[in-house]
Amino acid sequence: MFPRPIEKSTPAARAAYQAFLPVALIIWLLPLLAILLTSIRSAKDINSGNVFGWPSEFAIIENYTAVFTQSAAAQYMWNSVLITVPTVMISVALACLAGYALAIYKFRVALPLFFLFVAGNFIPFQILMVPVRDMSVQTGLYDTIAGQFLFHAAFQTGFCTLFMRNFIKALPFDLIESARIEGIAEWKIFWYVVLPLVRPAIAALAVLIFTFVWNDFFWANVLTQGESAKPITAGVRALNGQFVNNWHLVSAASLLAAIPPVACFFLMQRHFIAGLTLGAVK
Amino acid sequence: MAHAVLPQTDVRPQPSWMKRNKLAIAPWIFLIPALIFFAIYVVIPIFESLWLSLYEWNGLYDADGNSTATWVGFANYAKLWDDPNFWTSLRNNIAWLVLYMLAVPLGLFIALFLNQTVTGMRFYKSMFFFPFVISQVVVGLIFGWFYNPDFGVVGTIWKAIFCEETTNILGNVTFVCSRPAPDILSSPEWATYGIIAAGLWPQIAYCMILYLTGLNNVAADQIEAARLDGAKGWKMLWYVVVPQLKPATFIAVVVTVIGALRSFDMIAIMTQGGPFGSTNVLSHYMYEVAISEYGERYGYGSSVATVLFGIMLFFISYFLWRMYQDEKGGR
Repeated sequence: MFPRPIEKSTPAARAAYQAFLPVALIIWLLPLLAILLTSIRSAKDINSGNVFGWPSEFAIIENYTAVFTQSAAAQYMWNSVLITVPTVMISVALACLAGYALAIYKFRVALPLFFLFVAGNFIPFQILMVPVRDMSVQTGLYDTIAGQFLFHAAFQTGFCTLFMRNFIKALPFDLIESARIEGIAEWKIFWYVVLPLVRPAIAALAVLIFTFVWNDFFWANVLTQGESAKPITAGVRALNGQFVNNWHLVSAASLLAAIPPVACFFLMQRHFIAGLTLGAVK
Repeated sequence: MAHAVLPQTDVRPQPSWMKRNKLAIAPWIFLIPALIFFAIYVVIPIFESLWLSLYEWNGLYDADGNSTATWVGFANYAKLWDDPNFWTSLRNNIAWLVLYMLAVPLGLFIALFLNQTVTGMRFYKSMFFFPFVISQVVVGLIFGWFYNPDFGVVGTIWKAIFCEETTNILGNVTFVCSRPAPDILSSPEWATYGIIAAGLWPQIAYCMILYLTGLNNVAADQIEAARLDGAKGWKMLWYVVVPQLKPATFIAVVVTVIGALRSFDMIAIMTQGGPFGSTNVLSHYMYEVAISEYGERYGYGSSVATVLFGIMLFFISYFLWRMYQDEKGGR
């Protein structure tokens, strides 16, 4: 193990390490802690410049209810849910199929197609912006929930396919081989042999795609206009304009927007990290 | 349709064409849904954008449903060449790329610091990772307020150091400062660096988690062997540990390059490219040009996007080439 385990050091070093950890954490999360404190302050504290001090009064309930009653935050949150959930389902489903095809079958264009999905995943959004926006306007998908989740699902299929293909490729090929010798149909091999084995990959992808799409801001701006289809990220920006200098309300709204991905991360931490660090280990 | 019917000469039951070519057809059936979807929303739009960059178009259609775009050839690119905002954006993109790379070593150092097995370590690791999980919009808002010279964290700390609190006759508290608090996001010289610093926060967290996973898999026997040979500290890190972390470093560099070139959210939230376009990057400038209050300029926007795409393609090709080498080496 590197660095040398702290248990092997002197007790003094160990104590120093353990004492320093929380300090380092507080410094690291300082911006977040400051905004957390701000979100429970009253307007009085904000105006008098009380940033780090103890709140003169707690306005946690007032602030958070104000966000919901004085703005369309509830609508924005719900829109985010309506966009992210179908995106996750469609992109993961498509990627299971495509990843299976690219990992199991040996055909000439398998690798080029795989690289197409990988490359698509890295391109800048701006190169897609004008045609996708124009297409959405033409088909009536502009400023709708469906217009957003269809795009996100298609785009995230690239990353999901990369992930799934590598995951399936790492499975023992004998399994498929022996199923074929038994004369089992290809789709049955997919459904009964491979799909149960890729469950961890599906879980990892689901949490990752949920987080990516929930946090999307660019497409929310490109593909929506009004309140009816805006997700919370774009909504928070709108609130920022509406609550000028009401930093306690802006903070509360930002934290609300962050809750679902944070909850997702803490509940499915193992899958989340396994997904993100794919390829970081050989 | 009429077909010439041949007498059935083959009496053996021939498996159907589908059955015989099962292994050739099956992958396409599995691939088609994803391919069609991906083609419509990703592959085809790329070419449309490239093509559109040679037109001038405000995004409108005439009464018959034909696009009103007019062919201008490379005029959009000629215009880009003389556009000072484009060069500012490009320069900022380079600043982002270079400074964002700091996330890789900094992520490694935090990972080394946290790679211990003290009680509660799991909690610390996930809390250090926290900034990556929250949306860049929220990070941008947090830092926008953090940098605020009047009531943000920077302003408060500044006041504590450089200012004296005085209460005037009316009982209002005013501050007399020996130096005015810096307004980072309103300064054309510093605003970009302020945004990059904010962007580094989640990116360091990402690199850290990559390295933590990598460190978990460093071969213990090699470390022990090196230790017996008297290696320690920096030498151990550089000659024994870092080479083993190569896959993690590769991914960290990839995601950092992509992240730097994709930076949009933070800029849109914190400065909207201002003051005077000084914090623009190509991704944000493209958006500003293509969809702005002065009317839509899809053609010019597409030419900015094409330049960004070209830069990205350079990196993508390198990544794909590296992946291809691995594929050849593997199964």
